[in-house]
Amino acid sequence: MSQDRAPKAVLGPEDVRRATTRMAHEIIERNQGLDGVVLVGIQTGGVWLAEALGAEINRIDADVVDDIPVGSIDASLYRDDIGLRPVSPGSVSNVTFEIDDAVIVLVDDVLYTGRTVRAALDALGDYGRPRAVQLAVLVDRGHRELPIRPDYVGKNLPTSTDESVSVTVDGVVIA
Amino acid sequence: MKRSLLSISELGSDGVQRILDLADTMAEVSRRPNPKVPALRGKTVCSVFFEDSTRTRLSFETAAKRLSADTMTFAVSQSSLSKGESLRDTIETIAAMGVDAFVIRHSSTGAPWLVDGWTKASVVNAGDGWHAHPTQALLDMYTVRTALNRPEGFDGLRVAIVGDIKHSRVARSTTAAFKAMGAHVTWVAPTTLMPPVVDEAVTDRLDDVIGTDGEGVDILYMLRMQNERMTEALVPNLREYTNRFGLTPARAARLAPHTLVMHPGPVNRGVEIAVDLSELPGAVINQQVTNGISVRMAVLYDLLSANPDPTSDIEITEAVAAARTEQP
Repeated sequence: MSQDRAPKAVLGPEDVRRATTRMAHEIIERNQGLDGVVLVGIQTGGVWLAEALGAEINRIDADVVDDIPVGSIDASLYRDDIGLRPVSPGSVSNVTFEIDDAVIVLVDDVLYTGRTVRAALDALGDYGRPRAVQLAVLVDRGHRELPIRPDYVGKNLPTSTDESVSVTVDGVVIA
Repeated sequence: MKRSLLSISELGSDGVQRILDLADTMAEVSRRPNPKVPALRGKTVCSVFFEDSTRTRLSFETAAKRLSADTMTFAVSQSSLSKGESLRDTIETIAAMGVDAFVIRHSSTGAPWLVDGWTKASVVNAGDGWHAHPTQALLDMYTVRTALNRPEGFDGLRVAIVGDIKHSRVARSTTAAFKAMGAHVTWVAPTTLMPPVVDEAVTDRLDDVIGTDGEGVDILYMLRMQNERMTEALVPNLREYTNRFGLTPARAARLAPHTLVMHPGPVNRGVEIAVDLSELPGAVINQQVTNGISVRMAVLYDLLSANPDPTSDIEITEAVAAARTEQP
């Protein structure tokens, strides 16, 4: 079991910063600018990353007057495992901008089974009808159970299912 | 293992805080253009009301629907109770149709505890006799918490609950909840409407607890004069009651500007509140009703999402334990 292994740091704070900067560039390039693009972090782990990406994008694209909108969404109430495990909303969704016709970049720290992203897509749909939704994750650890793939990846990290991956601004640790 | 919400004391102060935190999430759902989430799909909530109610029953049904649960309503007047079916048989019959939660109101104290023992479904006490009305207390706490922006608790807050304390389940539950949140509660009532055993500070002079001189209360909680429970002459007449215990224009003028005025509804206009509510800047009575839906969504989700409380000894099945370790 995972408890027997010593935690292993796979990315340090500098690696996280560089990956964030690269993903910010990719988001601008892929969307040919930032017209109608908004960032939405998935509560709770995706929120700091969405904010960090937003700050990077604003720094890179400094000649654009308006900052890129950054929001957050809590997908707990849309999960498919309510009743199977403890699912409790950690925080309140914060979507203060128009979703209709926006290009949403959904942001999470770790992509694993894809079920959280599925729930977040359903949650977004209740706020409006986006023109497109893209997915940005800092770590893709594999083991998808749904047909979901990321558009922007900080680091592909092969893992086994009994490992746990923790991501913070200070780095990525496998335990 | 099922859980039920029967009283504030059984919920405990940690439980109150947990429901209020969850209510923030539910309030955000309620503010959306499409205020509905799929969280409780496939669950069925049945309201069984042996006493009349407008807001509580509608509030629970709206809450269940916003969580995508199915709702059933048991109307006592159209039921086989008139053929002599017992409460237990009635509950077991409905339970056999597949119900995940009963929301029950009954004129007898303790009825929800009995029902809780007869069914595997969760039970929510929506008012039993003079005893308890925990979801009213929770929505009152949520209203104070949002109106005064006090998410961490109510330490130092002074509350006066005014009126027919003796017959009021709202007074009992709301007092328990205010104390669990750290507030200080004073009961204001004529001696005839005070319960025989009292743990709170009491007075029969409303004018002593309101005022702008820094001694006034932060929350003035007016109770409804319950004419339907008045089988004996406990006050000389309603005008006399209003003069001594009602919120009259003269008293409204003396209220400190920050004082919240609350009422569980329905208001007897001209009796316990004898001023136009639109002239009371601190009145949050409509917010209480709105918040009731979010708080009841939180209660239903808390009970029916099978969210094992980590501090309790609720058994966690192997499937749950496995799903837990798999989560990133």
